[in-house]
Amino acid sequence: MNYFELFSLSPSFELDTALLSERYRELQRAVHPDKFANASEQDKRLAVQHTAQVNDGYNTLKHPISRAEHMLSLKGIDLSHESTTVKDTMFLMQQMEWREALEEISDCDDPDEAIEHLHQSFGEYRGEITSQLAQKIGSEEASVLEQAADLVRKLKFMEKLQAELERTEDALF
Amino acid sequence: MALLQIAEPGQSAAPHQHRLAVGIDLGTTNSLVAAVRSGVADTLADESGRHALASVVRYSEDGVQVGVDAERFSAQDPLNTVVSVKRFMGRSLSDIQAKDASLPYNFSASENGLPLFNTQAGQFNPIQISADILRPLVDRAEKTLGGALEGVVITVPAYFDDAQRQGTKEAASLLGVKVLRLLNEPTAAAIAYGLDSGQEGVIAIYDLGGGTFDISILRLNKGVFEVLATGGDSALGGDDFDHALADHLQQSWQLASLSASERRALLIESRRVKEALTEQASVTASLTLAAGEVFEQVVDKVQFDALIEPLVKKTIASCRRALRDAGIAADEVLETVMVGGSTRVPLVRERVEGFFGKAPLTSIDPDRVVAIGAAIQADILVGNKPESDLLLLDVIPLSLGIETMGGLVEKVVSRNTTIPVARAQEFTTFKDGQTAMAFHVVQGERELVADCRSLARFTLKGIPPMAAGAAHIRVTFQVDADGLLSVTAMEKSSGVQASIQVKPSFGLTDEEIGTMLKDSMAHAKEDIERRMLAEQQVEAARVLESLSAALAKDGNLLDEAEAATIQAGMANLAQVASQADTDAIEKAIAALDDASQSFAAKRMDNSIRLALKGQSVDNI
Repeated sequence: MNYFELFSLSPSFELDTALLSERYRELQRAVHPDKFANASEQDKRLAVQHTAQVNDGYNTLKHPISRAEHMLSLKGIDLSHESTTVKDTMFLMQQMEWREALEEISDCDDPDEAIEHLHQSFGEYRGEITSQLAQKIGSEEASVLEQAADLVRKLKFMEKLQAELERTEDALF
Repeated sequence: MALLQIAEPGQSAAPHQHRLAVGIDLGTTNSLVAAVRSGVADTLADESGRHALASVVRYSEDGVQVGVDAERFSAQDPLNTVVSVKRFMGRSLSDIQAKDASLPYNFSASENGLPLFNTQAGQFNPIQISADILRPLVDRAEKTLGGALEGVVITVPAYFDDAQRQGTKEAASLLGVKVLRLLNEPTAAAIAYGLDSGQEGVIAIYDLGGGTFDISILRLNKGVFEVLATGGDSALGGDDFDHALADHLQQSWQLASLSASERRALLIESRRVKEALTEQASVTASLTLAAGEVFEQVVDKVQFDALIEPLVKKTIASCRRALRDAGIAADEVLETVMVGGSTRVPLVRERVEGFFGKAPLTSIDPDRVVAIGAAIQADILVGNKPESDLLLLDVIPLSLGIETMGGLVEKVVSRNTTIPVARAQEFTTFKDGQTAMAFHVVQGERELVADCRSLARFTLKGIPPMAAGAAHIRVTFQVDADGLLSVTAMEKSSGVQASIQVKPSFGLTDEEIGTMLKDSMAHAKEDIERRMLAEQQVEAARVLESLSAALAKDGNLLDEAEAATIQAGMANLAQVASQADTDAIEKAIAALDDASQSFAAKRMDNSIRLALKGQSVDNI
């Protein structure tokens, strides 16, 4: 299933999310089971299936990581079932440093500032990777797409790290 | 004089005919029914002018009594008088007894562990008791509106899990009433306030009823209601305020043990004091024991507030969590809607206003607002307002998952995902030559199976023997718009399939449903047969009506041969439906469904294309 086609959008990483939401609502109006409350069982079943697909498409395209994964899968690179591996040593070193910083937050004199600082560094780093990804993912060359896939893997690492930061934050307050 | 309209066979009769549909708020303490009449939605009163029906049922030698008639006996005959049955819906007896050992009922367990209330008139489960509450409401509606109902919308707490939703739907089907939709109570409230028209932004619905608390965060955008997040507690409500006060009074009067009827009397008195304290600064509570001894104590607002403060705090914590799930800050919330009688308690209003930073909406009676919203939705769903662009997008309140090795839960659909949703997950075998696989479906947020709610168990058999890890078993979860789950499992290489409509572990067995249907019909086999025939005939009419409408609208999608096949199937069904053979009608419907399958799919695709027509400018 090509979700860009479903939503009549050109396949692009830099997606107009307001337009996506608009189309989502239009499609929901057309296929939502509530529009078939009085129809036959068969129509109801189909409506449920189509709406599930529209919901899935919307969620996939809404978030940059899943959107990138979807774009890659349309080009034959499937990341969804692999266990993420990144071989970039610099990146892994940076990850370890950040993880240590996370663990030390509770011992800090000013945990608030430490958390704020990490939020900022994570955000900057994510922004950097995302803009690199935006340049590479449109390519037709296999080697460039492999690089794009690697950037997606890195973003997944960052997502986990961000979740851990939020958990640490919750535990403190 | 108006002329009677006679439709051609196979064509829909009178498309503009007003269809009768109502909204029902099946509440913990009170239930209501509402309808849209002459464009205005309002609750319907019974013969003596009362709108609310107390959700109390008494089973005695005198038969079944519902509402005030039953409530009168709740103190003197607690064993046979069931109050707040909604709290027992979809729960196992052991769940219930673990939570509250002091319930004044005589329980036994059904085959599936469902609680059965042993009464003078026999054993009844929560689904039957709920059906007994629905029955007078449906009767009242049919009498007031002057005809049979084509469908109802029943509201449920947004927090209700699959078992509780299934139970509610089964209660309606015991009465032979068609459920158009199970609607989340907070969404209904937002509709009642007309927040779907004109406003855009985020609203919070704070719903504190007798037995449940719900907080929902909704986003409104051009008639579309999107539920961003829901939270709450399905076992916290105004009843708990009564319990807190009753416990306090019992302690300060040093009453070590009370009989079931004395405790009930104390709870009723506590509720009276709570309600009086919304207007007065202090109230005298009093209790007369069976032996004639009288106890009295003055309770003031400060004392009462201190007693309920921890409970109110819990609700505010849920609000905070729901906002975080929705990714919304408290000051981004445009409006807060108050629902449920317990929001009349001043401390509740103060705390809600304090948290959201603005005065909540209270202009519609908080006890009726849910039923009114349900009526508006029922009117739309049944087809009375084809031009309405109201659309409700709901989310699933609790994650769904499957048990894996070591009693861990693998989440397949996570909480707050928009429904309907279909998700697939692949599993594999653990041992060489394994030919069967048992699945255990659970619902909840915790990582251990033991901490989640067990929904269903089923087995996929006939997997061809392979090496461990070689089989690919694809398990698909599908949740419909009512939040009800069905699961299918398939081994990919062999195509072996197993599927179930999830019957909650603590639901009814097929046999129990059969018996209950029989009981609810009061007698005889022929009644049931007649009813089944009537149901099939109604379904046949529905299929014919919707197909002819579809042919009129989208007939151009078909070539002549396809159209002819469908026409023939329709003629056959119309002919069979006029006779009294239930099986034959069922078969004819199935055959026609089959013949029109690709037509239905084409139409659906076509409507998707039309929805985005003229918008495809950037699709090169």
